[in-house]
Amino acid sequence: MKKVMMGNHALSYGAMLSRSQVIAAYPITPQTQVVELLSEMCADGTLDARFIKVESEHSAMAACIGASVAGARTFTATSAQGLALMHEMLHWASGGRHPVVMGNINRSMAPGWSIWTDQNDSLSERDTGWMQYYCASNQEVLDTVIQAFKVSEALMIPGMVVLDAFALSHTYEVVDVPDQAAVDKYLPPFKPEIRLTPNDPRAFGGLTGAEHYMELRYKLQKDMEKAPALIEETGREFEKMFGRNLGLVDAYKCDDAEFVFVTSGTAGFTARVAVDELRRSGVKAGNLRIKVFRPFPFAKVREILKKVKKAAVVDRNCSYGAHGIFFQEVKSALYGEPGTPPVFGYIAGLGGRDITTDSFKEVAAHALAKDRADEEIVWIGVKK
Amino acid sequence: MVEIRFHGRGGQGTVVASKILADAIAKEGNWVQAYPEFGVERRGSPVVAFIRIDDKPIYDKSRIYTPDSVVVVDPTLVEAIDITDGLKPGGTIIINSDRRPEAFPFHGKFKVRTINATEIAVKNRLGTLAAPIVNTAIAGAVIKVLGLTKLESLAAAIREDISIKPEDNVKAAQEAYELA
Repeated sequence: MKKVMMGNHALSYGAMLSRSQVIAAYPITPQTQVVELLSEMCADGTLDARFIKVESEHSAMAACIGASVAGARTFTATSAQGLALMHEMLHWASGGRHPVVMGNINRSMAPGWSIWTDQNDSLSERDTGWMQYYCASNQEVLDTVIQAFKVSEALMIPGMVVLDAFALSHTYEVVDVPDQAAVDKYLPPFKPEIRLTPNDPRAFGGLTGAEHYMELRYKLQKDMEKAPALIEETGREFEKMFGRNLGLVDAYKCDDAEFVFVTSGTAGFTARVAVDELRRSGVKAGNLRIKVFRPFPFAKVREILKKVKKAAVVDRNCSYGAHGIFFQEVKSALYGEPGTPPVFGYIAGLGGRDITTDSFKEVAAHALAKDRADEEIVWIGVKK
Repeated sequence: MVEIRFHGRGGQGTVVASKILADAIAKEGNWVQAYPEFGVERRGSPVVAFIRIDDKPIYDKSRIYTPDSVVVVDPTLVEAIDITDGLKPGGTIIINSDRRPEAFPFHGKFKVRTINATEIAVKNRLGTLAAPIVNTAIAGAVIKVLGLTKLESLAAAIREDISIKPEDNVKAAQEAYELA
């Protein structure tokens, strides 16, 4: 059934169709409508779930972890400062192997106080052991929540579905809402091997000495390494059932491209329009939108970019003292591979500044005029 | 691709108007994207909302800078801000006003159409006399002037989206549609 909905409600519908059993969340702009709708769904019986009100995001994630240990499918959503407040518990969720799924609305970190989009909030959680999916449409938001539960529960690793503040969270788009019976078939109930139950008492998260800790983390990494193949496989399965593919990347006109943008989030859709315009003016352009950031799809990125002459990574984030974060990963993916193209790094759109087709044309004009990338960062649209 | 910008004041239902229109347009199988200006809206302050419409999926996620049409929900904004900013040459401006199109300084340069949505809202007892809710009447005029959807699609969208006085709102949209 087609429905016009905002990105925040696409998250709510994703959580509902996945039959989330426990939701614990604390409201924050621009995430508020996600939990408003879920609390209504819990209240009117649309969703048979326990909604736990909490006093902070730290407590929200703690409640989700507790529910997940008890064997419940668990969902939450937050943004920026709220995600930062959860930080300690994010490590707990992944270290304890609790497959919580969370929506995060990309909002710039304060100060300066901001409610507008960039990716530094979620990318600051890069090393917490969560999977991260960056969405470009409300449809993708809804679909990805369902897929994220499937992948997370198979690997017992939590997943974060990320969407841009306002450009998706508050934007109404046409969304095809999948049929509940079909979703049930795709995503069977969560049945963890072990769970917290009085009938079979166990201790979780206990003291772990040097003789065991490293093995736990080794297993986390090894299971993370299985995720790319599983995301591709569950993405194809999703396509068979619902007609929409959910892969690691979205490669647009990359097959014969000489110059490729590397993008993420909504900017990765706007880039397609720029690609079409550049092609009309004779530039063989393409766009590689990276959907999954953790695990990073190194092999896929390498496979696509080694065939092109130049790549331009457009980051809506900055690792201060280094450079754009996707730029780092792309360079890392290509390192040591013979015949790789020069990779140019750009930063644009921080704090909700718009990234337009003109932004991408400016990037293209800069990269195409140079033989090599001799600057670490090129800032697009900054007032110097 | 058609791009429309709405100007209103916080509390008048400008954002809801764009949502209703999006619903109506989607009912006829078109692709649509509707969003409020990315800000912190306050009652009475100028607000802006946008709609993009196409017969194929819309990939441009940036804001609208050069709209094809502008809809002015609150007539006092015509003096307060430049509502023609970025409007394409020869573009259409629809204003909620009891004045004639010729009364506006940009008439001629742009196609100006007026609709007395406030009067229609008051007549149908939508909102209060001091603060009538004009969004459904505006929506009725907009779909007619810009040829966006059938009246039935708009009426269905209003019935789905508006829980207070849905039938009076449908009537307001219908009256504005006929007058526009």
